[in-house]
Amino acid sequence: MLINTKNVSSYWQSLPLTLVLMTFLVFPLFVITVVSFWDYNEYSIIPDFIFDNYEYLLTSKVTWLAYVNTFKYAFLAWLLTLLIGFTVAYFLAFHIKTNGMQTLLFLICTIPFLTSNIIRMISWIPLLGRNGLINSGLQSAGLTDAPLEFLLYSDFAIVLAYVHLYTLFMVVPIFNSMMRIDKSLIEAAIDAGAKPYHILRDVVIPLSKSGIIIGSIFVFTLVMGDFVTVKIMGGGIRANIATLIYNEISLLQYPAAAAGAVVLLFTVILILVILFRLVDIRKEL
Amino acid sequence: MVKGVELINTSKSYDGKIAVDGIDLKIASGSYCCLLGPSGCGKSTTLRMIAGHEEVTSGDIVLNSRNVTDLAPRKRGTAMMFQNYALFPHLSCVDNVAYGLKIAGLNKADRTKEAMEMLDLVNMASFADKRPDQLSGGQQQRIALARALICKPDVVLLDEPLSALDPFLRIQMRKELKQLQSKLGLTFIHVTHSQEEAFALADLAVVMADGVIQQQGHPKSIFEKPASAFVADFIGGHNVLKANTLNDPSPLNGAESFSIRSDKISLAPLDANTEEHHVSIKAEILDVEFQAQFYFVETRLADGQKVMCYIPEDQLPQDLAIPALHVQLSWALDNINPFHPN
Repeated sequence: MLINTKNVSSYWQSLPLTLVLMTFLVFPLFVITVVSFWDYNEYSIIPDFIFDNYEYLLTSKVTWLAYVNTFKYAFLAWLLTLLIGFTVAYFLAFHIKTNGMQTLLFLICTIPFLTSNIIRMISWIPLLGRNGLINSGLQSAGLTDAPLEFLLYSDFAIVLAYVHLYTLFMVVPIFNSMMRIDKSLIEAAIDAGAKPYHILRDVVIPLSKSGIIIGSIFVFTLVMGDFVTVKIMGGGIRANIATLIYNEISLLQYPAAAAGAVVLLFTVILILVILFRLVDIRKEL
Repeated sequence: MVKGVELINTSKSYDGKIAVDGIDLKIASGSYCCLLGPSGCGKSTTLRMIAGHEEVTSGDIVLNSRNVTDLAPRKRGTAMMFQNYALFPHLSCVDNVAYGLKIAGLNKADRTKEAMEMLDLVNMASFADKRPDQLSGGQQQRIALARALICKPDVVLLDEPLSALDPFLRIQMRKELKQLQSKLGLTFIHVTHSQEEAFALADLAVVMADGVIQQQGHPKSIFEKPASAFVADFIGGHNVLKANTLNDPSPLNGAESFSIRSDKISLAPLDANTEEHHVSIKAEILDVEFQAQFYFVETRLADGQKVMCYIPEDQLPQDLAIPALHVQLSWALDNINPFHPN
């Protein structure tokens, strides 16, 4: 009897969140999935059950190119945020001795987040542009004759913006894992004769694995679903999968956009399933 | 060549705060040495300096006639067993034990074979594939010990190895440590805050306080003749009393205080005669505690000093063991241990 009451009250407790998620996540996803099977023409969408949207999507060369681009951005952003994020977290966790200093430096890492990500991206433009600071600087120093074109509206600019935007999402979980590493484990490794390289390979990396994976999940999902960065930093000439969806929406081709969204959602879920297999998320929370 | 460990005027300070203050210590090869003291006395720091995990501020550390003061831990021939064992949580027991050999560059088959032999030595071979978090405290400790021994050190350093165990296991592991030490003929240096542990294990006990050595020697000699009021207090079983407690302070040779072992005091009725070469003092019984082999009788002298007497179970006159009763405490003059100010 006691157990029953307890069960009922725990259901009540989870009800508000369930309602919120149902209304604002599950229901819209359901609608998108339904619409992805509808037909459309230039000015209206027509309830139906056809596979044309998916067929067009999966056979179009544009889609595949956009997926290649998306994965390329995601991989580069992941690799660079991982390298930078791991280094920063390692520095904070193992080289800064006092808690106060750790907190202070950690807060400094969050400074980019004091403004919106659009503003942050736009502020790169005067720096990277054809007549921007870097190009004019290089030219007046005599290092280059003509402006470097790859700096802005390019893959370079897009990945740069991702790294700028998302490195902190890597730093936080890795730092969290590293702070849990018992310092005496490192001494034990030193006692066994380990060099710094061995300590990194045998102790620090294996024990920050869950932080690395959680950070990777953040960065992957954020980059896979992003279109603003690609639009602004790619100057409209680069496309990833989300920009395709965005374009279809602006052309009122809602069923095609919905089909694109469903495929993208499954792709991301597939990646997440793989990543979640590598980490016990409950242990980390 | 002099074998063993030698600390020569070794000091350690952190930002001007002195943790270890110029200690001199010689530990013979193959002996079991216990560093004993209250927390913050510098015993762990001393151990960590010998291990090479703490830089020496000044002075030298000599191991088997080799000055190792500035050498890396592995180059010294020492191995440390950490307080919380510090086993690698992501590695199996056999990989934990084999880690030192992996760093030394042994191939997997060879190092696994040696690690298994070492696990056998500590009776943990059947747990080779378990992770540390699947083991009990005592089992983890054996793994930690095997890991320390695998690189064939001359000196094994143990930082409060028994403090995380329950009392029963502590006594069992204590025996095993001692047996292993004498079987392997290694020098063990063991940090502890328990005098019981130190007395049970040590060939050489070193009592430390405030970063200096208060007394060193065989536990028996320390217990029989504590060098200072601090040592007498810390090792327990002693009463430290002021010189003027005695009516005739001449046996003290001018010392200001002395100690008397609790088990050397006997209780008698107030009207009893004092034996020859004994002193007698009046006291009031505060409390009588039955402790199996002994009665612990807490008494108070007229000037307020408390005296603890351990009376063998069969030697306490039952008509005296009554709180608030006034009795006579007496002990032999030979048992008085005076403390001369240095």
